[in-house]
Amino acid sequence: MDLLHYLILSMLLFTVGAVGFIIKKNIISMFLCVELMLNAVNLSFVAFSSFLNQVDGQIIVFFVMVIAAVEAAVGLAITIVLYRNRGTLSADDTDTMKW
Amino acid sequence: METVLFYLFGGIALISAILVVANRRVFYSALSLILCLCSVAVLYLILKSPFIAAVQIIVYAGAIMVVFLFVIMLLDPFSSAIIRGKKASLAYIGVLLGILTVTFLYPILKSYDLAQTPKNPSFIDGGVGSVKQLGHVLFSEYLLPFEMTSVLILIAIIGVVVLAKRQASK
Repeated sequence: MDLLHYLILSMLLFTVGAVGFIIKKNIISMFLCVELMLNAVNLSFVAFSSFLNQVDGQIIVFFVMVIAAVEAAVGLAITIVLYRNRGTLSADDTDTMKW
Repeated sequence: METVLFYLFGGIALISAILVVANRRVFYSALSLILCLCSVAVLYLILKSPFIAAVQIIVYAGAIMVVFLFVIMLLDPFSSAIIRGKKASLAYIGVLLGILTVTFLYPILKSYDLAQTPKNPSFIDGGVGSVKQLGHVLFSEYLLPFEMTSVLILIAIIGVVVLAKRQASK
């Protein structure tokens, strides 16, 4: 298996996540798509780390996982507050701060 | 063997990623995402980084996704899962953008030559992912980012408590 296969798989996963982020209506689904994109980037980091014999890529994957955990915690808290105040999870209905 | 495993679990990862987007119920999307994360963890094992694979399953598929499932079950999944409102044309635009992304990214990835980048000679024998080496680099070279990460988590904890606390009646 060469590096290109892993990069293409990572690209496909990232694209699926990005497309999902655009077409999904539910805020939680959009969060799930963000996690998908982070995961795709992690895959290419680990692939580079393995093929270049560099350990740095795996360290960066650690940090990305920490960021993902923090983002999930804060984002889901915001989602809960939003649902409590507005009674909806639709991203289209929450447009108070839209210019 | 390696090739078979790569195609098997890469295919599972890709199909479950598409299911994350295609499912109408958020709960099933989250379950598909867990499947995707686990198969990517197997790919990490193929790439000889077992520690990252373990962290992926324990932290990512274990902790983070459990929080997601908690919140999905806490909020009413049936009324909120199917939200109409966006036009169907947006889906076509999204798929079109995805195809565009793939067509533009693929030549760039294809043109990258691995031989041009010098390999790190000190880790030749495939022991890149061992816990010893990871810990050594993490606590010497990346010590400052590591400590800043803990501050970030502290900020997130405080922020979540402040956000999710029930507001006093005005």
